[in-house]
Amino acid sequence: MANRLPSWLLLLLPAILVIAAVVLIPLIFSLYSSFTAYKLTRPDTLWQWIGTLNYEKILTDTKFWTAFARTIFFITIVLNLELLLGLGIALLVNKVTWGQRGLRTLLMFPMMFSPILVGFQFKFMFNDNIGLVNNVLQSTGISDAALPWLVDAKLAMFSIMVAEIWMSTSVFAILILAGLFAIPRDPLEAAAVDGCTPFQSFKHITLPFLMPFIWIAMTIRSLDVARAYDIVQIMTGGGPANRTELLWTLMSRTGYVDARMGLANAMGYVSIFLSIIFTIYFFRKLSASRAQLGMAGN
Amino acid sequence: MRHALNLAWQVINVDHNNSHRNRSYVLKGAYLFALFVVMSIICIPGLWIVLNSFRPAVEIMAKPPIWTPSFTLDHYRALFGGAGEGGVPVLSYFRNSIIVSVVSTVIAVLIGMSGGYAFARYRFKGKTGYFVGLMLFRAVPGVALSLPLFIVLSRVGMIDTHIGLIFVYVAMNVPFTIWLTDGFFRQIPKELHEAAEIDGCTRWQAFWQVEFPVARSGVASAAIFAFLTSWNEFALASQLTRSVDSKTMPVGLLDFTAEFTINWGGMCALAVLMIIPALVLTFLVQKHLIAGLTFGGVKG
Repeated sequence: MANRLPSWLLLLLPAILVIAAVVLIPLIFSLYSSFTAYKLTRPDTLWQWIGTLNYEKILTDTKFWTAFARTIFFITIVLNLELLLGLGIALLVNKVTWGQRGLRTLLMFPMMFSPILVGFQFKFMFNDNIGLVNNVLQSTGISDAALPWLVDAKLAMFSIMVAEIWMSTSVFAILILAGLFAIPRDPLEAAAVDGCTPFQSFKHITLPFLMPFIWIAMTIRSLDVARAYDIVQIMTGGGPANRTELLWTLMSRTGYVDARMGLANAMGYVSIFLSIIFTIYFFRKLSASRAQLGMAGN
Repeated sequence: MRHALNLAWQVINVDHNNSHRNRSYVLKGAYLFALFVVMSIICIPGLWIVLNSFRPAVEIMAKPPIWTPSFTLDHYRALFGGAGEGGVPVLSYFRNSIIVSVVSTVIAVLIGMSGGYAFARYRFKGKTGYFVGLMLFRAVPGVALSLPLFIVLSRVGMIDTHIGLIFVYVAMNVPFTIWLTDGFFRQIPKELHEAAEIDGCTRWQAFWQVEFPVARSGVASAAIFAFLTSWNEFALASQLTRSVDSKTMPVGLLDFTAEFTINWGGMCALAVLMIIPALVLTFLVQKHLIAGLTFGGVKG
């Protein structure tokens, strides 16, 4: 019986099974419960079918839409800044001739920090009373008063972005650096002989070669962009007055604090589609840029 | 300043392009300065945690700040001192983290390796579809998954157990492990296992004796990636664990927060405990990790 299965399927089967059990079944369950009035505190409500009411409620809820817009805004700003900074860092480190290996290892450290730890770390540093940032600002006389980093809405969003960027810029830096190592020397030398300025050869030779690496980094980042939940949850908990609420924190609050699981699962589905759209978009960009360079292997 | 430098250079050597050289020195200085600033920004937040784990609580809370360093092991003593004075059962958390991370990593790597091998070695219909499909499951945000998982696992009585958490982490890590190992197996020429099979090995033997040793470094990097993901995971663990029996260290960090205060010193000490294994592993694997990600992505 087992012999009749093709070997590739046999090899993939454990992966498919475990993912089906842990991800697919809960997702189907949550899809179902998003059409019910399920409340954690009253288990019998699981059978109370209310159709698309949860989704309608979400779609007309300004709180949800602000969180949604803020999440998009957050992802866009953060990913772009990470890309730019990562590119800059990679170009800097690429020029180093001595101790490059050590620098590369240092670069990877933020990647290995637990997001929740990053959250606490920056909550500590941005603490208005005892935080490093305010202490430095006040000791050097740049600012007289303590800045309310995590209390003021705009500053809080800024602080969260700093934490997120600190944690994830390395992904870009490391991968772009790997791309820089892989660039063939000949086209660059030819360009120099033909009188290209450094900027021209960067734009027309280096950057196209780097694009697949940039898209890999984007794909990887889009896979776990929701890790920002940990950071926000720790640093501000969505506050002050919901001003830093992202889709993910709103969802968990609705589910666990308000115990409205059906509604929360409906939000969950919106966030899942958001992640999937981002991932597919970057994956396609990756394939396209590979094809452009003639790297397609399949 | 620049003028003085110019003069100095003119005295030292009478070179017709010394102004060019001068400029390149300034550039070099600016470049080194930029590198220094960037590296400081990367290092300081982490170092700050380590430094504070050795500072007395009074000094951490001091206002105005105290910049002179001092040294105490109080936080570590409290950390390992057991349940006295609101102590946190760190050793239990550490043990839970180790058990959950190691077991889930081993299983994820075995399953992921077999999947990666299937993608690298066999041709079948809808391959890219399967591949992207698997990756998409990794894209499901942990928070979104934690709500239904919480309900399902509590129905089958696996909340607050090691097994429940291990299960979840295996599923989380398998897609990425497949991506990494697929890239590495692709690097190995097909002729290798074909030759082994001609010599009388079965495909199974050929894999373990010929292909696996070649891809070992790639598998190791996949393993470390999986380990770190489980080691650092919070969104799911915070909902699926309840007590000392299964809480992992990221969840344990929350024990240092009270309603209005946070025990920063203790938290920093626990953080250091969390970071050390991660740093050691990163250092060991960094080279292979980059190779794995880029081969898997670029040449795939």
